[in-house]
Amino acid sequence: MDSVDAVFLPDRRGPACNPLLDQLPSYQSLLYRRKPSHEGSTKRRSSSQRGGRFGSLSNKWTSARAENKQKSATLQRPVREQPKTMEEKRRDREQRREQDRRLGGWSQWQRSMRRSLRRMRDDGLDLLRGLELWRGDIHVIEGMFGTGILSYFSFLRFLVLLNFIMFLLMFGFVMLPIIMAPSASGNVTSYISNSSQCSDYPSSSRQGLVVFHQYIADLLSGTGFLEQTYLFYGYYRVGGVHFPRFSYNLPLAYLLVTAAYLLLSLVWIVKRSAAGFKQNLIQDEDRFQSFCNKIFSGWDFCITNENASRLKRSSLLYELKTDLEEERIKQKIADRTRKDKCRIFALRVVLNVFVIAVLAGCFYCIYRATIFSQEAQMKSPTNFIMDLIFEYLPSIVITMANFLTPQVFSLIVQFEDYSPAFEIRFTLMRCVFMRLASIGVLLFSLWSQITSCEGSCPCGYNHKLYPCWETRVGQEMYKLMIFDFIIIGAVTVFVEFPRKIIYNYCPCGLAKWWGQQEFAIPQNVLEIVYGQTICWIGTFYCPLLPAISTIKFFIVFYIKKVSLVNNCRPATRPFRASSSNFFFLVVLLIGLALACVPVLVSIAQIPSSQACGPFIYYKTSWNVVPEAVKALPVGLRTFLYALASEPFAVSLFVITCLAMFYVIALAGAHKQVINQLREQLAMEGRDKRFLIQKLSYAQKRASAGHSSSSARSNRFQSTQSRENSGVFLVQPAPDSATQV
Amino acid sequence: MGGTTSQLPKDLLSEYQELTFLTKQEILLAHKRFSDFTREGRNSPSPRVPMEKILTLPELKSNPFRERICQVFSTSDVKDGSLTFEDFLDLLSAFSDSATLEIKSHYAFRIFDFDDDGTLDGGDLEKLVNCLTGDTDDTRLTQEEMRQLISNILEESDIDKDGTVNLSEFQHVISRSPDFVSSFKIVL
Repeated sequence: MDSVDAVFLPDRRGPACNPLLDQLPSYQSLLYRRKPSHEGSTKRRSSSQRGGRFGSLSNKWTSARAENKQKSATLQRPVREQPKTMEEKRRDREQRREQDRRLGGWSQWQRSMRRSLRRMRDDGLDLLRGLELWRGDIHVIEGMFGTGILSYFSFLRFLVLLNFIMFLLMFGFVMLPIIMAPSASGNVTSYISNSSQCSDYPSSSRQGLVVFHQYIADLLSGTGFLEQTYLFYGYYRVGGVHFPRFSYNLPLAYLLVTAAYLLLSLVWIVKRSAAGFKQNLIQDEDRFQSFCNKIFSGWDFCITNENASRLKRSSLLYELKTDLEEERIKQKIADRTRKDKCRIFALRVVLNVFVIAVLAGCFYCIYRATIFSQEAQMKSPTNFIMDLIFEYLPSIVITMANFLTPQVFSLIVQFEDYSPAFEIRFTLMRCVFMRLASIGVLLFSLWSQITSCEGSCPCGYNHKLYPCWETRVGQEMYKLMIFDFIIIGAVTVFVEFPRKIIYNYCPCGLAKWWGQQEFAIPQNVLEIVYGQTICWIGTFYCPLLPAISTIKFFIVFYIKKVSLVNNCRPATRPFRASSSNFFFLVVLLIGLALACVPVLVSIAQIPSSQACGPFIYYKTSWNVVPEAVKALPVGLRTFLYALASEPFAVSLFVITCLAMFYVIALAGAHKQVINQLREQLAMEGRDKRFLIQKLSYAQKRASAGHSSSSARSNRFQSTQSRENSGVFLVQPAPDSATQV
Repeated sequence: MGGTTSQLPKDLLSEYQELTFLTKQEILLAHKRFSDFTREGRNSPSPRVPMEKILTLPELKSNPFRERICQVFSTSDVKDGSLTFEDFLDLLSAFSDSATLEIKSHYAFRIFDFDDDGTLDGGDLEKLVNCLTGDTDDTRLTQEEMRQLISNILEESDIDKDGTVNLSEFQHVISRSPDFVSSFKIVL
């Protein structure tokens, strides 16, 4: 602080302000008015040391003015949005009603209409909130663990709703017409198989005497009796459903529902993350008030548990210490020499190559496992258990890879010498990539099997091994989902509960070293995003998969809640609720993007199988749309062709780029204005202090001529009640800029 | 036991609904919980419950700011932190889900202003940090760390560089803090 700011020294004891400052209009408007006082007067709740007697007259004047100004400013806002006591709010409301009565009938009616509309909207919102799923459970979790873990559970609830809506879409537009056709006197035209080799689909239901465990194997892998049901793509050999008054194009509906649920998921996720985006993208300062956020919004006021409160405090302490430490580390990083930087860069390159090698190794294992599993499924069944293991081999390999690689990554990143926050984020990104890419590798290896035949492929795909390849892909997705569910349940029952029992009852060193289970939010979130990605990819091939996914997430909620409440303690490294919401939705978006790619490629590129499914007579699944467009009236047809043409696409792209540049330029201009205003504000503050200092100096000189205590004016004087001048000095006048 | 003395008249209920952010169920629940405290006292029209009893509520018991909350919302003349039922409703309204950001930030500022002088200076911030981390010797930050922390906070939030954070600066910081609304919440 320079000498001009010597009027207040922030680390001094006692009142350091000039009473003149208290009379400024800007200060008066910030006065507290928490007393249930009578009409008109407003007593200040300031500390008793300030010059009360002197300032009271001017106080009343300035406070009355400020009150009027505030009243006119707040007239438009509803009464309850003002920070006043109940008494004062009542009086305000009465005043407003008085004013309303004096106005004409029209504005009166307008106001009462607005009020009743607001009341109706509040009642409606009440009702909706009462219908919210799992409100009580989430409230309990919030009280015990705070808002960080709460965000995981509300994310899970969001996914349950999303999957349910997807199931309703699929059911309503694809299954319902087929189911309702007989009762609504509709006529279902199925495909008749011609005798070409491509449309030969051997039945896969088991013949003869079936052993009981075959049914279990079929249930777990989607073969046998499950194959020819609504569960899989192959069952929908329907060309159209003809009702008395209109005919329903089922293949087109199937394709459009796929596009619709992908689009709906995208829109809903983006809408949910809109607020988080704004906060996380608009960071014009380096540190972006991270300390202020931690201190002012750091405490979760909803915690009701004494234990959780203590843990929250220790985690806040840990977080503050780490952040202060990180600041010091950043300083150290900035001080690095060039030799150091080269060494660290070389080390990072080597470690990244190692990471890529690990990833490539895992992907190769998944590829080989998938091919082995497919070949094993072609052979006749031998041993029940071995068959099941071969069927589930890709899932097993993926799960093991996803279990081992995070440990490897967190070990490697310690050597790469990043700042702690970046370390965590980087490891997380690597784990996300590993999880989601493993599904892609599985699909890729499946497709390489499907489209590879000896010699040429007469039907475009390997019709001998895969007469209905979409059903096979659907079965693989179904198996992935079932196995994921089994693993979540098994880990909770066989790892977390024993760990708790060992920790509580066995006093050996191993238990203390292993420690209590911590609810690791990032890993849990990755788990459910993985499950959701499988659902998005698999719904095209297995239309009932969203329903299975809804039930699975529903049960997972209760499993996780029970495990959390009984086994876990809150994490030592706290997870911010807002940034965690943003993180979840970003990871989900990455999953969605990765899920769209296989679906779109298979719809547009790979020929649809000619033995099953709704797209038998189309070359690829996408061809339904051009055929349908051809059947439209001429005007609409030309409009749609124009939309899909190149000139339109190019001009749309150019216009989007221009809009983006304009918005970026606007943001830059606003930022500049904000900086200028900031500097101006700081300068105004200094001007104010400078003027007050001059004023008090002049007053002092004037009073020094009257009173006999002029000799004492150079020393610091404590506040006593001085009748004439509500002025006291804190320091002798500085010599820099205030010479008269 | 309960009976007619603990029923809220309907017009009062709708008045409270209009003047606060609470729903009907929340007001009735608050009334029930508050009546537990006043059952022993005399049946005056607006009984005032002393601070010690309010602090036994489970929602406030583990909160490091519980005394400040009571003092801020209290309308008593002797500044002892006692609350009437309407003060209690004001408290719940400010901490409810549907309260606006301005209301929450206004009351948060007053809760953090430990010496009630209208600004958050270094002493207030130090007390605030000690409340957050715990006030015993082994849970406090060192002097050096505290100094570093307070200077960082002031650097981030003090716009006019006067060494204190006033209400407008505080509200400006809060408006850009994404966690505030979800953490500044108490639901019965």
